[in-house]
Amino acid sequence: MIDDFITLLSAAFVLIGAFFALVASIGLLRLPDLYSRMHAASKAGTMGSGLMLIALAVHAADSGVFARALAGVVFFLLTAPISAHLLAKAAYAVGYRLGPSAVRDEMAGQDTENPR
Amino acid sequence: MSLFLVNVLLALAWAAVTGSFTFLNLAFGFVLAMGTLSLIREQVGSVGYFSRARRVISLFLLFIYELILSAWRVATLVLSPRMDLKPGIFAYPLKVDRDFEITLLANLITLTPGTLSVDVSSDRRTLYVHAIDASNPEQTRRDIAEGFERKIMEAFR
Repeated sequence: MIDDFITLLSAAFVLIGAFFALVASIGLLRLPDLYSRMHAASKAGTMGSGLMLIALAVHAADSGVFARALAGVVFFLLTAPISAHLLAKAAYAVGYRLGPSAVRDEMAGQDTENPR
Repeated sequence: MSLFLVNVLLALAWAAVTGSFTFLNLAFGFVLAMGTLSLIREQVGSVGYFSRARRVISLFLLFIYELILSAWRVATLVLSPRMDLKPGIFAYPLKVDRDFEITLLANLITLTPGTLSVDVSSDRRTLYVHAIDASNPEQTRRDIAEGFERKIMEAFR
């Protein structure tokens, strides 16, 4: 009974995680410019991989695997926003501007630490 | 912060006494040590420690909730047949001033619905945020100020 429940729970986590990973890749293809694409990659991507790691933790039912999977989720949460931020910052620094649908850019001409 | 250290040391002592250093036993020892500390909170002055712990946990829960919401919003946006986007970068005046808090706020902003921090001005007063819907930056600014920034100030001051 409890085994069935754990199997169903981990299956649900894998499916939802896979759905978000798929959404992240569709977003990378459909969104107009690099900055908008980073939204899809950093959020839906983190969510997808995090959910799949949680599914692994639930399925393994072993405290060692559980701790490592949780550490993996924490590292995803720590590193995904930093890489998204650095990519956006680097893109702005080399002069990659917002896409044609952008409505405002209050960063243009401002004093930031970007080497020019 | 030193009470947190005492808490960790007590958890380690529990693991040493019971002779098992598994994750579950350490976590159990940590909860046990927290219970002990809460019994003597008047004597060791840990009242602030517990209300702070509660605020850190509430910040963490808010973060998880916003992450789920944000992934969901990106999903509905990406899968809608006509993407109606108004992206843009807006300036956010920072109230927090310590490097650690700015980093935390920037990371939280990146993982929340529709916003991505791009850069910090060199005087550390302004955070430049890219929003997937920048048609109403006033609203977004207010959301950040009343959500994460307030929670960060509550948790770490």
